[in-house]
Amino acid sequence: MTHLKELEAESVYVLREVAEQFQNPCILFSGGKDSIVVTHLAYKAFYPAKIPFPLLHIDTGHNFQETLDYRDALVKRLGVRLVVGCVQESIDTGRVKEETGYNASRNKLQTVTLLDTIEKYKFDAAIGGARRDEEKARAKERIFSHRDEFGQWNPKNQRPELWNLYNGHKSQGEHFRVFPISNWTEMDVWQYIYQEQIEMPSLYFTHTRKAFFRDGQWLAAEPCMKLKPDEKVEVKQVRCRTIGDITCTGLTLSTAHTLEDIISEIAATRITERGGRADDKRSETAMEDRKKAGYF
Amino acid sequence: MELLRFTTAGSVDDGKSTLIGRLLYDSKSIFEDQLEAVKIASENRGNEELNLALLTDGLRAEREQGITIDVAYRYFATPKRKFIIADTPGHIQYTRNMVTGASTADLAIILIDARNGVLEQTVRHSFIASLLGIEKIVICINKMDLVGFSEDVFNEICKDYEEKAKILNIQNFTFIPISAKLGDNVVEDSPNMPWYQGGALLNLLENVQIKSNLAQKPFRMSVQHVIRPISDKFPDFRGYAGRVASGTIRTGDEITLYPSELKSKVTHLYFADKGLEEVSAPESVTLCLADDLDVSRGDLIAKAKEPQPTISQDVTLHVCWLREDKLQLRKRYLIRNANSEVLGIVKSIEYKIDINSLEKITDIQQLEMNDIACISLHTAAPLTFDAYSQNRTTGSLIFIDPDTNDTVGAGMIDL
Repeated sequence: MTHLKELEAESVYVLREVAEQFQNPCILFSGGKDSIVVTHLAYKAFYPAKIPFPLLHIDTGHNFQETLDYRDALVKRLGVRLVVGCVQESIDTGRVKEETGYNASRNKLQTVTLLDTIEKYKFDAAIGGARRDEEKARAKERIFSHRDEFGQWNPKNQRPELWNLYNGHKSQGEHFRVFPISNWTEMDVWQYIYQEQIEMPSLYFTHTRKAFFRDGQWLAAEPCMKLKPDEKVEVKQVRCRTIGDITCTGLTLSTAHTLEDIISEIAATRITERGGRADDKRSETAMEDRKKAGYF
Repeated sequence: MELLRFTTAGSVDDGKSTLIGRLLYDSKSIFEDQLEAVKIASENRGNEELNLALLTDGLRAEREQGITIDVAYRYFATPKRKFIIADTPGHIQYTRNMVTGASTADLAIILIDARNGVLEQTVRHSFIASLLGIEKIVICINKMDLVGFSEDVFNEICKDYEEKAKILNIQNFTFIPISAKLGDNVVEDSPNMPWYQGGALLNLLENVQIKSNLAQKPFRMSVQHVIRPISDKFPDFRGYAGRVASGTIRTGDEITLYPSELKSKVTHLYFADKGLEEVSAPESVTLCLADDLDVSRGDLIAKAKEPQPTISQDVTLHVCWLREDKLQLRKRYLIRNANSEVLGIVKSIEYKIDINSLEKITDIQQLEMNDIACISLHTAAPLTFDAYSQNRTTGSLIFIDPDTNDTVGAGMIDL
C-alpha cells in the first residue's frame, strides 16, 4: 500500500468519526492547499452523499481575489453551505482593535472572529488542515484537539490519544479542533494533489506580481500594505508556497508552472514552508502562544 | 512508497535526540531556517553545542525546563520509504506517553548506552513495546565510540539482552552498534566497526517487512457511519462506511454482522465514486449489502467461513492507566472499542505489574497513573472483539471518565 493511500485512508477515517461524534461540525476553509485537500478528502469520505459540514471561512478583508473566486466556485461545485466570519465586522463592532504600524496584520485578530463565529453558529467541531510537520507546537497536537469554553488549547494537559480511538466527549460550550491531515507533510500534500489532479488556485503557480522586499522576504504590494519610505515596488515572477491573508503571505521567486514543477521545487528547497510566514517569526513560541488563545 | 511508523525509547542521556536529529538531518528533513532557529535558541540558553533536542521539544514548558513532556511526531522520507517517528520521553513517569507512541507504531527503537549496558529501563521499554504488539524491536547500542568500538562490549550486551528477552517472550529483535553523535551505523555503515556486518539503522528501517500479514488475517470492519444520500440520483443507496481493520473482502463474499449475527452478502464496494472488486486492510471503504438489515455505527462485519470474533460482556485485559484520577473498582466508565461505546465497570484487578522487575503484585484495589495491570471488565452490552495479540484494532479499547470526559485508560484485550 502506498503512503498516500494509507494517509488518505486514515484521514477519511477521521472525517467520518467527526460526522458521527459531533452534532454540528464545520471545515475551516482558508483557500490554502491544506484546507483544499481536507475538503477533497471529505468529498471522497461521504460520496455519494454530500459533505455533511459547511465550510467556514474567516475573512480578514485582506484576501487575494483569487482565493475568494476559488472558494466561491468550489462551494458551488460541491453544493455545500459557506459560512463567512468577517474580521472587519469584529473591528466595526469594537470586538477587536486593528494593529497599527508597518507590520500590522489581522492574523491575530482572526482568533476573536473565529471564536465568535464558532459560538454564533454553535459549531462543536472545527476541522482544520494543520499538519504536524509545519511547526514545533503543532507536532505535539492531537488529531482530536480539545478546546475549553474560552476556546483555549492546553498543551500541557492534552487528552491521551491511542490507536485510532478518538475521544470527542466534551461539556457544554466546549469544542474540538480536528486535524485529519496531521500526519501529512508538505510533500505528501502536493503529491496527493498531483495524484488526484485537484484544481488549485492560480496563486500557487508562477505569475507576475507587484511586490516589495521586507525582512528577508517578498510581499505582495496590495493596497492594504503600507510601504516604508525606502521600500520600492518591483514586478517579480513569483508564486505562493502557503496562502494566508496578504499581510502574512511570503512570495517565493519561482518559475513553477505545473504541479510537477512545484513538486521538484519543494524537493530541492532548504527552507520550510512557514519560513515565509511573518506571523510565525514574532517569537520562538509564537504558534503555541496563538494556539493557546484559540487560533487555528 | 510505503509508510513505516516507529517509536523511539530511551532518555536524553542515551542519545535519543541526537539519533533522531541525525536521521532527520542526514535525510535532509531539517531545513535551514529550523537549524538557524535551533542555533539561536541554543545560544540563548547558553548551550555550547547545537542542542538538537530543541528541534523536538516544541512546547514552551519543555524548552524552558529542558525536558520532553509529550509525544512529538516527526516526519522524514528517503527515496525508499516515508517514516513517522513517535518520539516519546523515556522516564518512568512517562510510561503512558510511551504507551501512546507505541500504540500506532510498527517498530520500536530502544537505545542502550554501551557504557551502561542493559538497565531496568531497557527492560521496561521492551516490555511496553511487546505489550503494545510492536512487531519488530531494534536495539541500538549507542555511544560505541566511548567504548573503543569494542566488539566484546557489544556481544556482552547482546547476550545480556537475549536473556531478558527470553523472560519477556520477545522474539523479533535486532541489535545494531551505533554512535549517534558521530554517525556510525546510523545512515552510513561504520568504518570503525568492521566486525559488524548487519548494515546501518536506516538500511534496516528502509527494508524491514511490516504489516506483512494484515491483509491475510480474518476480515474485520467496524461500521463507522451509514451513508444514505437520499438524492434524486441515489434514492436507495445505503452504504456502510468504515476502515478495514484486517483481512480482505471481495464483492459476493458472505458476511456475518455482529452483535446481531445476521448474515448477508457484499454486493458492492466503493471508495468515493470508484467501484472496487476487492478491499484489504487498512483501506477506508464503503460497503453495500444484499439484504436490508438493521446496521448501525459500532456493528462489526466479519467474513463468514473465517475465524469469528468473540462476543462477551466480560473481558480480561491489560490496562495502562493514563491519568491522575485513579482507576476505581465499580466506577462506571465509558468503554470505546473500535466504533462502539458502552458503559463498563472494573470488577477486579487481578494483578499489577512492576514494570522494572516485571513481578506481579496482587491484592490491589486501585490503579495510579502509569500503572500497568491485568483487570476484569464487565460491560452493559456485549462487546465484539479479538485478542489484542491477534488484532490491534478490534482488540484495543480506551476508558473514558464520564465525569471529566477525559481518556483515562488504555486497554489491550487478552480475551
